Amino acid sequence: MYCDCKLIILMLQMGELAVDKHVKYILSVQKKRKDSFEAVVMEHLTMNGAYWGLTTLDLLGKLDVVDSEEITEWIIQCQHESGGFAGNIGHDPHILYTLSAVQVLALLDKLNVLDVDKVSNYIVGLQNEDGSFSGDMWGEVDTRFSYIALCCLSLLHRLDKINMEKAVNYILSCKNVDGGFGCIPGGESHAGQIFCCVGALAITGSLHLVDKDLLGWWLCERQVKSGGLNGRPEKLPDVCYSWWVLSSLIMIDRVHWINKEKLVKFILNCQDKDNGGISDRPDDAVDVFHTYFGVAGLSLLEYPGVKAIDPAYALPVDVVNRIFLGR
Amino acid sequence: MDSDDDLRPEEMLPLSQRPEWSDVVPIPQDDGPNPVVPIAYKPEFEETMNYFRAIYLSDERSPRALQLTHLVILLNPGNYTVWHFRRLVLEALNADLDEELDYVARIAKKNTKNYQIWHHRRWVAEKLGTNAMAKELQFTRKILSLDAKNYHAWSHRQWVLQALGGWEDELDYCGQLLQDDVFNNSAWNQRYFVITRSPLLGGLKSMRESEVKYTVEAILANPENESPWRYLRGLYKGDSQSWINDLQVSSVCLKVLNSKTNYIFALSVLLDLLCDGFQANQEFIDAVTALRTSNADPLDTDLAKAVCSVLEHVDPIRVNYWTYRKSNLPVSA
Ligand SMILES: [Zn+2]
Repeated sequence: MYCDCKLIILMLQMGELAVDKHVKYILSVQKKRKDSFEAVVMEHLTMNGAYWGLTTLDLLGKLDVVDSEEITEWIIQCQHESGGFAGNIGHDPHILYTLSAVQVLALLDKLNVLDVDKVSNYIVGLQNEDGSFSGDMWGEVDTRFSYIALCCLSLLHRLDKINMEKAVNYILSCKNVDGGFGCIPGGESHAGQIFCCVGALAITGSLHLVDKDLLGWWLCERQVKSGGLNGRPEKLPDVCYSWWVLSSLIMIDRVHWINKEKLVKFILNCQDKDNGGISDRPDDAVDVFHTYFGVAGLSLLEYPGVKAIDPAYALPVDVVNRIFLGR
Repeated sequence: MDSDDDLRPEEMLPLSQRPEWSDVVPIPQDDGPNPVVPIAYKPEFEETMNYFRAIYLSDERSPRALQLTHLVILLNPGNYTVWHFRRLVLEALNADLDEELDYVARIAKKNTKNYQIWHHRRWVAEKLGTNAMAKELQFTRKILSLDAKNYHAWSHRQWVLQALGGWEDELDYCGQLLQDDVFNNSAWNQRYFVITRSPLLGGLKSMRESEVKYTVEAILANPENESPWRYLRGLYKGDSQSWINDLQVSSVCLKVLNSKTNYIFALSVLLDLLCDGFQANQEFIDAVTALRTSNADPLDTDLAKAVCSVLEHVDPIRVNYWTYRKSNLPVSA
């Protein structure tokens, strides 16, 4: 058994996580000025951006710097009459934004503003005959959407409204001989898709259907010499895979198979220590997406001073407990 | 510039100054009274979006609406609403969908990892049916020639094969890609997809012999390559008797072990074989013994244990995994 105290001391020696800088960075992104190209491209990612930014703040213990009433008000306005949520006011709903909206409301302890049946009916309507889920009414199918649907319904206590057996069987049909999962049956194993499939199986209590040793080995083979993790064989390491790979390893109880110290070091090396934020690889430009995944990864690695995050729901553990244990 | 489609917004008059748009009242974005996440817009972006909102809300499915969706797509190809609306307009106008495929190809040049574009392409191809097959295989081939691991392109290609056909050359295509880069895991995955799913090849079992030969060659050329080792295992899916009894599997392990370089995957496969019931002879014991780096280690009498000990040593980043394997060996191994 590895001694965690030793790990904590090592982490502190490795150089600190620039918490205040990252908080400042997240807040600055949320107030970005007009004329920013990034903001134009990100227009449709606003709801996801809110989730990444706010979860990061919560993990760093700084969620109280935002006005939760105002955010809740905005989220309500992003809801479509179908029950789904859009990325921003006046846009079309998509399952991606619906989960982010529910997650942010969960973070802010505002799930009570939701008409739960309306939201869950929207998701239920996206399940297909074969058990898979579409992302919106246009029918793109992907195991990402299976995860999103199951996660969302579970947070709303409405898992009983779908055909769970079919949903689970569809995910299993995307399992490959290497133990991993792809986006559709036959699709290459990819750490992001593995997170979605394992997360969905965890949420539905079906983890016994995963070959944990085989998948665990594939996942720990993702760690490269620099300590970082890649998402597929022979690809470059990237901070976001700290989340996809680590959370999957934790869910199947195999996280001790990678070298945690080396991974912590890799993530800390991707920080912009002057202006805040975390990038995909050392010395690249930072963004909110990788800042969130870096901090969430450190949370899974039990980095001191970062709140614990739940690997399946991608929300702080205290938030998940509040929802399922009523505390 | 091969068509009017390719006009960029900054190259044309603002919509507000064009007579053909004078009857449309643009609708600005409603960010709510106190926008939490105020969005930054460039002026031309804002104007185009305002016109688009107007057309979208009035549900005008006209040629100028099609042109407008193009302008919005140029500004943000990730906007899924505009792609949805474009499909409605294409349907209403009964547009030439072959041309639409060419259009998507031009937009995809700069956005090969955009979900919306691939979804749109699939919608068009689905409508065209088998007529689109050759073009789709050609299109994905082109994208993969630039990025041989593009996940979207592979998904699309797998869909084309299953829905529209075109399996004839696929195994050769995988062979070509692996010749270019034998470390390309996507190509190995596609190869497995073909031999297990092609209606022309007779399935995994009838392909096994030739595939094992191919894979063993690839392994011997680059024993550090994770993909063919996993592929080899996949060739025996659901048939562990053949897996442990086929001499080609154990002998490729032995060859790599005896070379004494890049032998981690060979050891790992030998370990799997032993756990599955493979009976190793003295040659294997000698090969593993020769890899022990320190004589100070107590010699494991059990071969599987000895394999784990070597792996703990030569693959330190995953030492906990190999220790786990060591402590969970089946009694017989
Ligand atoms: Zn990344």
